[in-house]
Amino acid sequence: MASGEYPKDLKYTKDHEWAKQTGKTVVVGVTHHAQEALGDVVYVELPKLGTAVKAGERFGTIESTKAVSDLFSPITGKVVKVNDDLSGNPQKVNQEPYTGGWIIEVETTGAEFDALMDSAAYLKLLAG
Amino acid sequence: MSPRQTPLNAAHRKLAGRLVDFAGWEMPVQYTGVIAEHEAVRTAAGIFDVSHMGEIEFKGPGALAAANALITNDLAKATDGQAVYAGLLNDQGGFVDDVVAYRFSPEHIFICVNASNADKDFAWMSERARGVKPVNRSNDWAQLAVQGPKAFGIVQRLSPKPLDGVATYRFTTGQVAGIECIISRTGYTGEDGFELYCSPKDADKLWWAILEGGKADGIVPAGLGARDSLRTEMKYALYGNDIDDSHTPLEAGLGWIVKMDKGDFVGRAVLEKQKAEGLKRKLVGFELTEAGIPRAHYPILKDGQNVGEVTSGTMGPSVKKAVGIGYVPTALSAEGSQFAVEIRGRPVAARVVKTPFYKR
Repeated sequence: MASGEYPKDLKYTKDHEWAKQTGKTVVVGVTHHAQEALGDVVYVELPKLGTAVKAGERFGTIESTKAVSDLFSPITGKVVKVNDDLSGNPQKVNQEPYTGGWIIEVETTGAEFDALMDSAAYLKLLAG
Repeated sequence: MSPRQTPLNAAHRKLAGRLVDFAGWEMPVQYTGVIAEHEAVRTAAGIFDVSHMGEIEFKGPGALAAANALITNDLAKATDGQAVYAGLLNDQGGFVDDVVAYRFSPEHIFICVNASNADKDFAWMSERARGVKPVNRSNDWAQLAVQGPKAFGIVQRLSPKPLDGVATYRFTTGQVAGIECIISRTGYTGEDGFELYCSPKDADKLWWAILEGGKADGIVPAGLGARDSLRTEMKYALYGNDIDDSHTPLEAGLGWIVKMDKGDFVGRAVLEKQKAEGLKRKLVGFELTEAGIPRAHYPILKDGQNVGEVTSGTMGPSVKKAVGIGYVPTALSAEGSQFAVEIRGRPVAARVVKTPFYKR
């Protein structure tokens, strides 16, 4: 697997979410590996704005043609944006997992972000 | 126990199929993606390996009568070269399996059964059959389904046999790509096409010949994922999901495969009683009118009460809606009836609609 599929400016979780710091907020999505394993994504159940999320806890659901999977938040905080575009175009998670397929943006309080895996560590995890 | 492999296992690996254990068989769930494969079958053609399906044969004088007494449809009214969809029922009128029975002649009946049920069906038929005993031929046949608007042309170009006369649910025998086949105008997708039965040793050659011969028409290999979304859009029942040993064909909306006037068959008495007393529940097709996707086993709610269960559901790639199939009380079965599907603890509104969901 090409390392280009796991950008170096992102952090990663063992549940195959990515997180990207942008000032006071963190944008969250699922990794290339996750979208490939899921297959065609057909529905993303998003949290409401203002929802409190906790690191390692479920914040939504992602459904592919065959499977239903939970989404886990990499960090603790409050949801300040959700990607509404996914309700009409859930396939963006497959097509552009790190850009148009982002899922939520969280205003974070905790320090969990720094403890997340970098791309090298995540690649190692994938290699098993 | 490791899953069994069909004679096309090497082909699936070569095509980078994602293999999963299905009913004890290692089968491809997808190659490139479920939606792309689904759309190829609706607009061009797809080829499916369905070699895991079982085949049971009745041969010799009395074969027709022996087989006919076990199934709900009427092989006596069919002609030679015709296939019928039928229920194989238990004494309570529930499905042991749903099958396609091929009438070669009154002395030769060939029955295609579900992979997961093949051994159970064979035992059940052996125990109940009168006159002629069935033979389990499941290991002697591979099966490929070629489905889609381009399927007819692809198969015809590879066969010296004129296939125009082989209408829907008719079959013939002859060569395809030089391989002797049962050529059946049947399928499980809602599209035109064929199911081809051949010797397992020839299956790999037939598979690649069809893929090559259909290349210009856009044929793709298609997996179980597309097979499921295609059949769900047609509301075709899947054994183990929509029908099983505790549901009758009348409840499943399959009254048309039950021929009450044909004489006795296993399960008939219960169906007669259900007809006289009316049905308590029915299998309906519905669409969600709020966001979400229905999935098998989700509860169906009415006024907060659990009144039924979803048996199949998907985001229909062609109908572009979240559609489902499920059992509801008869009072909620009419088109337009409203209820909710409980999705992860949340009621999501649904409405009964006309089926098939997809119309060509």
